Amino acid sequence: MPSLNKKSTMSDKELLEKFRPASEAETVNDIAELGEEEKIRLRQSGVDLESSNRVGTFLQTNCGVTKCDCGIQGVELLPITEAIKKYDGLEEYRWKLVDPDKDEFTREAAKNLDNGYFIRALPGEKVVYPLQACLYIRSDDVAQRVHNIVVAEEGSELHIITGCATHPGLTSGLHIGVSEFYIRKGAKLIFTMVHNWGEEVYVRPRTGIRVEEDGVFLSNYVSLKGVKSVQAFPTATLAGRNATARFNSVIVAPEGADIDTGSRVILEAPDTKAEIISRTISYGGRVLARGHLVGKATGVKAHLECQGLMLAERGIIHAIPELEAHVADVEMSHEAAVGRIAKEEIEYLMARGLDEEEATSTIVRGFLNVKIDGLPKELDDEIQKAVAECQQGM
Amino acid sequence: MDVMLKIEDLWVDVQGKEVLKGINMEIGQGETHCLFGRNGSGKTTLLMTLMGFDGYRVKHGRITFKGEDITEMPLHERARRGIGMAFQRPPTLRGVKLRNMLALAAGDPDKGRELATFYGFENFLDREVNHGFSGGEIKKSELLQLLAQNPDFTLLDEPESGVDVENLNIIGDMIRKLLQKDIHRGRKKSGLIITHTGFILNYVTADKGHVMLNGQIYCQGNPLEIFEGIQKYGYQECAKCRL
Repeated sequence: MPSLNKKSTMSDKELLEKFRPASEAETVNDIAELGEEEKIRLRQSGVDLESSNRVGTFLQTNCGVTKCDCGIQGVELLPITEAIKKYDGLEEYRWKLVDPDKDEFTREAAKNLDNGYFIRALPGEKVVYPLQACLYIRSDDVAQRVHNIVVAEEGSELHIITGCATHPGLTSGLHIGVSEFYIRKGAKLIFTMVHNWGEEVYVRPRTGIRVEEDGVFLSNYVSLKGVKSVQAFPTATLAGRNATARFNSVIVAPEGADIDTGSRVILEAPDTKAEIISRTISYGGRVLARGHLVGKATGVKAHLECQGLMLAERGIIHAIPELEAHVADVEMSHEAAVGRIAKEEIEYLMARGLDEEEATSTIVRGFLNVKIDGLPKELDDEIQKAVAECQQGM
Repeated sequence: MDVMLKIEDLWVDVQGKEVLKGINMEIGQGETHCLFGRNGSGKTTLLMTLMGFDGYRVKHGRITFKGEDITEMPLHERARRGIGMAFQRPPTLRGVKLRNMLALAAGDPDKGRELATFYGFENFLDREVNHGFSGGEIKKSELLQLLAQNPDFTLLDEPESGVDVENLNIIGDMIRKLLQKDIHRGRKKSGLIITHTGFILNYVTADKGHVMLNGQIYCQGNPLEIFEGIQKYGYQECAKCRL
C-alpha cells in the first residue's frame, strides 16, 4: 500500500530518519520497575498487570522484553527473536502474509527488527481466558520495530488482548508493527487491540491474516486517545471453505489526529463470510474509515458498515466502503452514515430528565460500546473493562 | 382540587405552520383526561408542546405546571419537575441497554430491574433500547421507563396502538399504576391520554374528555359519552358544537 500520509508533508523516509532505533533506548526488565503513572497508562490500554485474568503475558518495553510468560502448556509464547532462533528462522510463517517490500516501514522492520511476539496455540487447545501482549514505547523519539506472528493450530481457540501504549510523559515516537496471523482448520482467534498512544506518535501496523476451512478470525480495534497519525489496513484472506472474518473497530480522532484505518477481506473460498463494522468519532481530527470486501467464490456473504459521528463543528470523517464481486453467486452489502447525533435521540433522553450534556455522553458511550456477538462472557467482560478503563478521562 | 396543569390560549407553530389555535385546558391533581380527534388535528402537537420538544414554537399563550410557568422551560427541566411522556415512535439508541435507560430514568440501578421483572420484561433488560422491538414491546418499554421515572403528570399518545389483546391487559395495568388508579382518595398522579380507538378506556378510567379538531378544542365532557357520540355520529357532529 502506498503511504497515505497526505496531511503530513514528511515522506516515509524522513519519518524514519526522525527517530532513533528502539535498541538505543533503555529497556526495563521487570514490571516492578515501572512507575505508578505508567501502570495506570498500561491498565488503560487493556493490560492486566497482575495477570489475574490472563493466561499469559508478553510485555515489550522499547526493544527489550520486560515480561514473557505463559501459564498453560498448550500455548507457546516466545519473543519473536527467540522463536526465529528456535525454529530456524521461522521460515514457514515469516513474511508470508505481508510483503517485506511493501513499503519503507516493512523494509525497516525486515532490516532492523527490535522484537515482537510469537504465539502458537497447539492443535485442539481451547483457552477461555485471554493472553495479553503489550508493546510499550517508554522513551522519547524512538522507533519501535516489531514483528508478531500468531498461529492458531487446527481446532484450537485463542483470545489475545493487545495493548499498545506510550509512556504518559512521552511526546513523540514511531511504532512499526508487522503482524501475521494463521488460523488453521476449525480454529478460532479473537484478537482485541487497544491503542493508547501519545499525541505526536506515528503508528504503522502492517497486518496479514489467513483463515483456513471453518476457521474464525474476530478482530476488535479500539483507539480512543490522541495520536499523530495511524495508517493501518489489515488484510484477511479466507482461504478455506466456510471460513469467517469479522472486524470491529471503534475509533476516536481528537483534534490533531490523522487516522487512516480499515480492513480488507478477500473471500477466496466458497461459503466464506466476512463482516466489517466501524464506528468512528471526530472531535476535530481526521478519520478515514476504509473497508474493502472482495468476493471471489460462490456462496460468500459479506457486509460492511461504517458509522461516523461528528462531535466537533469541524473535522473529517471519510468513509470509503468498497464492494468487489468477481462471481455472480455472492451476497455483499454495505451501509454508511456520517453526521452529528440525531436530535431526537438527545431529546428522548432529555425527556427522561437528563440534560443535553448527559444525554450526549450517554449516546456517545453507547456508540462506543464494542459489543461483539459470540464472545465467551469472561472475555467480553475483560474487553468491556478494558474499554471502560480507556474511556476514563476522555 | 389543586390544578396540576393549566393551558391558556395556547397557539403553536410547527415548521412555520399554525397547528394549535387557542387551546384552553385544566387538569387537576389526580385527574386523567382523554384527548380525541382525527389524525392531523393537533393532538400530538399538544403533547409535544407540553413536554417541550424543539420545533414546537409557542406563539402565544401560557402553560402552567404546579403553579409555575413552564412555557419557555427546557425539556429536561420539565421532566425533572414531574412531566413524563411515552413516545409513540422512539429512536433506537445503539449500545444503550434498556437496563441503563431505566437506571437513568429512576436514578436508581435496582428499581428498573424490579419493575421489569414484575411486568415480565426482564429478558429485554440487556437489549439495546428499541432495537428490533415490536410495536407492543415499544409500548411496554416506554411505560416501564415512565414507571421508573415516576412522573406526577403523564402524557400518553395512543398507548393501545399496535398492542394485542393479551398485552393490552398488561399495558392497562402499567398505566393504572402510573396514574394511581388503585388509590381512590388522595390520588396525586394526573395524565393526558390520546386515544383513537377508545379501547384504553376499558382499562383506565378517565375523568374528562376533550375533542380536538383543526387545532381547537370543540367539546369537553364525560369521556365515555363523548366517545360513544364519536362512534355513532363521527367527528362532524363534534364540529357543530364549538365550545
